[in-house]
Amino acid sequence: MSEAVALIRLSGITKTYGSGQAAFQALKGIDLAIDAGDFVAIMGPSGSGKSTAMNILGCLDTPSSGSYEFEGVKVEQLSRNERALLRRNYLGFVFQGFNLLSRTTALENVELPLIYRGEPAAARHAAARAALRQVGLEGWEHHTPAELSGGQQQRVAIARAIVTRPAVLLADEPTGNLDTHTGEEIMELISALNRDQGITVLMVTHEPDMAAHAKRVIRFVDGRVDSDRRNGEAD
Amino acid sequence: MLWNTLLLALRSIRRNLMRSFLTILGIVIGVAAVITMVTLGNGATQSVSDQISSMGSNLLIVMPGQRFGPGAEAGAPFKSADIEVIRNQITSARLVAPIVSKSATAVYQANNWSTVVTGTSNDYFEAGNWEIAAGRTFTEAEEKSGKAVCVVGETVRDKLFGRQNPVGSEIRIKQFACEVIGLLKAKGQSSMGSDQDDSVVMPLRTVQRRLSGSQDINRLTISVKEGASIDAAKEQLTRLLRERRNIAENEDDDFRVMDTRQIAETLTSTTKILTMLLGAVAAVSLLVGGIGIMNIMLVSVTERTREIGIRLAIGALEREVLLQFLIEAVVLSSLGGLIGITIATAASIFLAGLMNVPYLFDPSINLLSFFFAAAIGVIFGYFPAQRAAGLNPIDALRHE
Ligand SMILES: Nc1ncnc2c1ncn2[C@@H]1O[C@H](COP(=O)(O)OP(=O)(O)O)[C@@H](O)[C@H]1O
Ligand SMILES: [Mg+2]
Repeated sequence: MSEAVALIRLSGITKTYGSGQAAFQALKGIDLAIDAGDFVAIMGPSGSGKSTAMNILGCLDTPSSGSYEFEGVKVEQLSRNERALLRRNYLGFVFQGFNLLSRTTALENVELPLIYRGEPAAARHAAARAALRQVGLEGWEHHTPAELSGGQQQRVAIARAIVTRPAVLLADEPTGNLDTHTGEEIMELISALNRDQGITVLMVTHEPDMAAHAKRVIRFVDGRVDSDRRNGEAD
Repeated sequence: MLWNTLLLALRSIRRNLMRSFLTILGIVIGVAAVITMVTLGNGATQSVSDQISSMGSNLLIVMPGQRFGPGAEAGAPFKSADIEVIRNQITSARLVAPIVSKSATAVYQANNWSTVVTGTSNDYFEAGNWEIAAGRTFTEAEEKSGKAVCVVGETVRDKLFGRQNPVGSEIRIKQFACEVIGLLKAKGQSSMGSDQDDSVVMPLRTVQRRLSGSQDINRLTISVKEGASIDAAKEQLTRLLRERRNIAENEDDDFRVMDTRQIAETLTSTTKILTMLLGAVAAVSLLVGGIGIMNIMLVSVTERTREIGIRLAIGALEREVLLQFLIEAVVLSSLGGLIGITIATAASIFLAGLMNVPYLFDPSINLLSFFFAAAIGVIFGYFPAQRAAGLNPIDALRHE
């Protein structure tokens, strides 16, 4: 592993929810380096802090202590706006619950990040259509989330995450709300994005079948990294 | 950024048509109600003061008896000699018109119309601000001799002659024929609601001889000189009449002196109070509209907070989210305000026509309601968003 050029580096990250008597430490010191182009599956029992870590990695939340470097930039030293710009320009997030805008067509949902990037209308439409085609939703552009199946909604969410060509795709249990077959299709799609476009993928999953797609599997237990191995390596 | 944010705001309005519609509706109802009520109230006040000024300003009206209206206690009527004395002794009196009124039926060919015949002098026309639309007023000779001539009001002309010019024709009143020598210009309803144009005016002596059969005078109308004190004239007049009518020191007046300014003030202050009341009632509806909007906004706060979380998660800046919500709120509430103003204008013009009062555009109430509506929209649309946009994206996303 080439630690020096790591895309993402976490050192001593902790996260405590609440304060005083009710305080709860969800992350108890995470050290992690992730290289560009990697495909990392994060596993572990429920409540072990996977989502908490993903949210910090995705700049959706801030750690209580520790350091997060993204391409050598210390994220905790960035302002709120700079973190928003980091999300806008480098990160794509896929949620377990899709989080699409309701009553808004697939095309408009996918266009949204490009609007914030100030892309002109024509380029925006073309890119959004291309992203929808890439996730296999050609012809569904004008359907709203209510008119789409769970698998289709997650595809829209993936299209929205990749339409900006992010460096990193973060997916927190992207197949958690889907049946096995649909889940497998979504996994194929994410694997292809990593394989063909070189997007770095960080993905939380419960299922070993899904984790088998990844190049590297990190296990969380009780707010700590319990194991970290490359797929194909012996335990 | 502004252009894109405007796009997002408009998309959001279109996407939530029901919510947008209800927001606009709340504002429309409030704004339209306030503006309509205040505009009609202003119109009513204006119409009352117009009618009063059509009566003539600086007028004193003197009647025998203390009370006025049905059940009035009769005092002795006035005589022609009183007129002379008032003319000579009340220096601030510009015109003194004696008045005798009798109800009578006027007949012309097959038409007849029951009206009020007023016997008076030429001063009556000037004091009462009457203008002559056609023909002339009385000559001195006609007044002196009590000749059977008359000037008719617009209503009497309509009923007896239709649109035809009545001047030169003869109408019959009771047993005598009377030549129409003039037509009065229409004045419309009086502030008390009676039709001022429903009258036939003759020289005093003509009415006394042929209709009332006595030398009595029922009423005096006195026009006070411009710049002279009405109160002083009233007091002087009261003293003079008490003396002439031999009223003892400890006795009350057996006549009554009123002035038009007094009547005007009473009436306009009544309509002003009415306007304020109507305006207050309408303001409540604006408030209710505002509460309705608040309700709609609060109900959708969870959804909107999650929406804000999504926008922040995909890289929107806090200020972009806020600007979008601000634009949305301003667009909706100004749209509501403009529709409200339009409806209020149409309703006010229509109702003013029905109520027979002038339509007066009042810019201040229009502006006031508009900005109040805009403020409601912005407060309830923008401030919940401001809270949400300040959260960590993940907290906004998790909002329940
Ligand atoms: N917003 C929160 N407030 C308080 N406790 C939380 C919050 N989010 C997560 N936790 C707690 O932190 C721990 C880790 O949660 P999470 O990261 O969601 O676990 P995982 O995704 O691995 O199931 C859990 O015990 C959870 O109850
Ligand atoms: Mg989780």
